[in-house]
Amino acid sequence: MIKGKAFKFGDNISTDHIAPGRLAHLRSDLPRLAEHVLEDADPTFAARVKAGDFVVAGGNFGLGSSREHAPLIIKMAGVSAVLAKSVARIFFRNAINLGLPVLICDTDKIDDGDELEVDLASGTINDKTNGQKLTFSPIPGVMLAILEAGGLMSYIKKYGGFKMGDA
Amino acid sequence: MGKTVAEKILKLKSGGDARAGDIVISAVDLVFVQDTTGPLTVREFEKSGLECLVNPQKTVFFLDHAAPSPNRQLSTDHILLRRFAREKGARLYDVGDGVCHQTVAEALAGPGDVVVGADSHTVTAGALGAFATGMGSSDVAVVMGLGKTWFRVPETIRVEVSGRFKEGVSAKDLILHLIGLIGADGATYKALEFGGAAVAGMSMSDRLTIANMAVEAGAKVGLFPADDVTRRYLEAQGRVGDYRPLAADEDAVYEKTISIDAGGLEPTVSRPHTVDNTATARELAGTKIQEVFIGTCTNGRLEDLAVAAGILKGKKHHPDTRLVVAPASRKVLLEAMAAGYIQTLVEAGAALVTPGCGACLGIHQGVLGDGEAALSTANRNFKGRMGNPEAFIYLASPATAAATAINGHITDPREVL
Repeated sequence: MIKGKAFKFGDNISTDHIAPGRLAHLRSDLPRLAEHVLEDADPTFAARVKAGDFVVAGGNFGLGSSREHAPLIIKMAGVSAVLAKSVARIFFRNAINLGLPVLICDTDKIDDGDELEVDLASGTINDKTNGQKLTFSPIPGVMLAILEAGGLMSYIKKYGGFKMGDA
Repeated sequence: MGKTVAEKILKLKSGGDARAGDIVISAVDLVFVQDTTGPLTVREFEKSGLECLVNPQKTVFFLDHAAPSPNRQLSTDHILLRRFAREKGARLYDVGDGVCHQTVAEALAGPGDVVVGADSHTVTAGALGAFATGMGSSDVAVVMGLGKTWFRVPETIRVEVSGRFKEGVSAKDLILHLIGLIGADGATYKALEFGGAAVAGMSMSDRLTIANMAVEAGAKVGLFPADDVTRRYLEAQGRVGDYRPLAADEDAVYEKTISIDAGGLEPTVSRPHTVDNTATARELAGTKIQEVFIGTCTNGRLEDLAVAAGILKGKKHHPDTRLVVAPASRKVLLEAMAAGYIQTLVEAGAALVTPGCGACLGIHQGVLGDGEAALSTANRNFKGRMGNPEAFIYLASPATAAATAINGHITDPREVL
């Protein structure tokens, strides 16, 4: 069970909102880059987020660039999972590869600041603030195997390559 | 049951049946990184326990996003990438060689290839009939070491284009129109496959522009057939041996088909801050613009510079509007010099910058000031994209860009043709 507070964002939050190109010079200094996480969507987010909290977004979260630094600094900020109505393809794959869960659910039912409990095993989200229970779409098999291994690099170390069985 | 272009390539490269929805493990023919994703890729590779590049000559490092580097941190990243490429025997394209996707098209990718790059606009090579897609640093590090990756075989949306572009209308207007139609997530996880009479007659430059922006609708790949246009293009690059014909089967199964009449399109512009926020140039006439940027993997090719030079010949940019031009590659720059386009553009007042990506993603060479608006031939207008979250970006064709540079406000290019 993961517990934390919801930080609400709108639709089409791009990787430029999360880790802008103007900060490309900080990409080899990740702790400093992480101080700017999601800065162009909410300049106060990095200072307010605490370990375990959730990014709760609208549709098409993480569109744009392939920069893995985007999910990486979200994870480094302590965020335990990204909840969104939908998520862009490369961001989804990058987040799972880093061991950051991305859960697809109806985020309209969650308000900014709500206290959430997420059970990854049962696929449920309990909004303690408004009492609503939500479910999220199952994570596809191959991605679940990577997530459960702790990310892509741990998965490759464990299995030495990709296993068809995960399909 | 027939196959789409995406299914055909993944069948060939995975050895499985590769129907939409299947998970396959596919061989990868070409893998590359650029200078803002490469350092993390190198670090992930070194952490992974993978030691050798499985195919060093098909593993490519591009120094193009910060070229030449504007600061010590990025210069130090360049040192890391040059050293790793040298030690591992990978290919390196250094500062000044140009944008990775343009070089991939000119020199590296071919029909039927699977191409994976640590850059979302890797989809550009779909114009050549390559299953080309962007991934993050971890995925790319694994491809460098294993020579393969996993894919979910995408469903395909067929885009059937008929008719002919009117004067002043081009491939950029078509792809902006399409994204406006289906939305910035209209093709998420899917393949876009382009076909129809208008596509058969479309130049490789136009195809590259369209494939490049497939990702702006969320697509995994933007695919074109490999046909006579492809063969002639590869021949002109001195690599006709890379040509093989490739087309979808007549009875391929599509998720849906979208029909577009090229003759019905108008010069189209994406407004801030999403690519699907489209309008016609005419509707936006009068919008003041402080910077016009012509370049990038979307529209920095010889044909694009020819259009811009044609409109700007003997004219000057508006005094309140600066004009920045970045050819897509060294080859494009040399050809544009030989054709006189660079002379024309510089005489019109253009600031010519090194072939590369800097202005497009806001690293350098054209960063916007607070409250400024740019009209760019690039592919993204997200908030903060050109280096300033307090600025505004409009996207358009090279013709609209050149016309706008002359008037200082958004201008339908047909007004100046």
